[in-house]
Amino acid sequence: MPISLDEVRHVARLARLDLDEAEMLALQGELNALIGHFTDIQNVNVTGVEPTSHAVNMNNVWAEDEADDPFARDSALRNAPMSRAGLFVVPTIIED
Amino acid sequence: MPEYVASVGMEVHAELMTRSKMFCRCPVAFGGEPNTRVCPVCLGMPGTLPVPNRRAIEMVLRTALALDCTIAMRSVFHRKNYFYPDLPKGYQVSQYGETNPLGYAGKLEIPASGGGYKRVGIRRVHLEEDTGKLMHLPAGGSGVDFNRAGVPLMEIVTDFPPDITTPDEAKEYLAQLRQILVYLEVCDGKMEEGSMRCEPNISIRPEGSETYGTKTELKNLNSFRSVQLGVQFEVRRQTAVLDHGQRVVQETRGWDENREASFPMRVKEAENDYRYFPDPDLVPMVFDEAYLESLRATLPELPLAKSRRYQEVMGLSAYDAGLLVADRDWAAYFESAVELGGDAKTVCNWMNGDYARYLNESGNTVGSGNVQPKQLVELTKLIEDGTISGKIAKDVFAEMFRTGHDPRTIVQSKGATQISDAGAIGEIVARVVGANPDVVAKYKSGQTSVAGFLIGRVMAESKGRANPQLVRDLVAKALDE
Repeated sequence: MPISLDEVRHVARLARLDLDEAEMLALQGELNALIGHFTDIQNVNVTGVEPTSHAVNMNNVWAEDEADDPFARDSALRNAPMSRAGLFVVPTIIED
Repeated sequence: MPEYVASVGMEVHAELMTRSKMFCRCPVAFGGEPNTRVCPVCLGMPGTLPVPNRRAIEMVLRTALALDCTIAMRSVFHRKNYFYPDLPKGYQVSQYGETNPLGYAGKLEIPASGGGYKRVGIRRVHLEEDTGKLMHLPAGGSGVDFNRAGVPLMEIVTDFPPDITTPDEAKEYLAQLRQILVYLEVCDGKMEEGSMRCEPNISIRPEGSETYGTKTELKNLNSFRSVQLGVQFEVRRQTAVLDHGQRVVQETRGWDENREASFPMRVKEAENDYRYFPDPDLVPMVFDEAYLESLRATLPELPLAKSRRYQEVMGLSAYDAGLLVADRDWAAYFESAVELGGDAKTVCNWMNGDYARYLNESGNTVGSGNVQPKQLVELTKLIEDGTISGKIAKDVFAEMFRTGHDPRTIVQSKGATQISDAGAIGEIVARVVGANPDVVAKYKSGQTSVAGFLIGRVMAESKGRANPQLVRDLVAKALDE
């Protein structure tokens, strides 16, 4: 298996996914199937093909530097699970 | 104990002075009520589409050109993925890779401690977005303000291995870089407001060793002074660690301004697996030579080039030239005064002397000052042609600074014109000499230095208006009779 269970655990941690052993085993299989597909892609002859980073054939889509009206604060905070004094409130991350 | 050599890498973040944010059109400002400059894009809401700010891209390109960088003719934005509450999208848009950043492989020259200049290599100049601000809430939890999230941020990183080897060089590098950013009008350079932030990394190694030591990174440096002190502290601390046979730990350390000491910081998360990938929502930027040339044409003469010109063409000292170019408006003032016919050295002395002092005392800047370049030049001409003495001129200048009036008007209204009439001065000289027979006797007995006392008396009696040269001549003549 190209992808080990440890790698699945690592990626899950980075993505903040709380998976049990059975889920990890299932994902390991799915990820390996995906990686297998990339192996197929790697077999395609790309001689003379320019590398690209984007799927659309567009460059330089820019906006002029003009300020617009922002959101009303109430709208911005409306979906927040917790807010106070105009701030989004989250659990304390760093303990002093 | 071995001698150690320090290596200092500098990572500087500069908020760009755009009107709107990097990928949305929320206004950019400092301070204000939290979460009042936010929208679905900079809050990272699903289904939104970011559009890059053209002016921010131009600002970074102009900076990269000013720092002699190679420009990436094709450049893309990447997503840097990590979780932290000040990052609404779960990723920061940034630029990854060695030759993908808008500018790379540049340099900045700094005045060297032993005279001359030192080259500091620049590894990359790239464009990214700022994060929001987290604050601890007294009642528990953390509050997040996203006003700053998405503000265009330029990152400038020096080469590895580092060229900077002393705390002074670190400070000088930062000062030069700040001047350039301010000259280019891309960043206001306010370290105390955080619009320019500096995170140096410091390591030491025994003299002669090829291997670089373990480095520590410093955060929370809010002034040039703290950068200098912080680097100095780290070099000493690491030296002590090695001298005690211990090892330097790779870590991020915070700077405590009050204690003037660094302390280990609890880092967000020691997770360097950012899984960078090209942002599919942001299409590549592609430039051509003609466009870069048009940007190059907008670059002003940079501070160091100005300073060299002032020294080489106008004959000013490195110190004087450095003071003049430290502020773009100040340099512009100097140049317009010289253009109006002022003597470079004379104008420079007035500016760096009385003018700078009055501006400092009053808390004004040259832009808001009362004295126009034309008026300063006129004042120097009044001294040059003997209308007023240099001493009187200082009073006239004080009045000009206070009222904004022309020097000629002030001189006329005060009756402060210089007396160059030999007859009138001769009368005062005769009176002073007559009133001080003991001094005259001393002079006759060989104590020629007492002439200065008589000259002083004559100047005082004329209320400073007598032509000093004429006074000296006439006193000497009277004494030698």
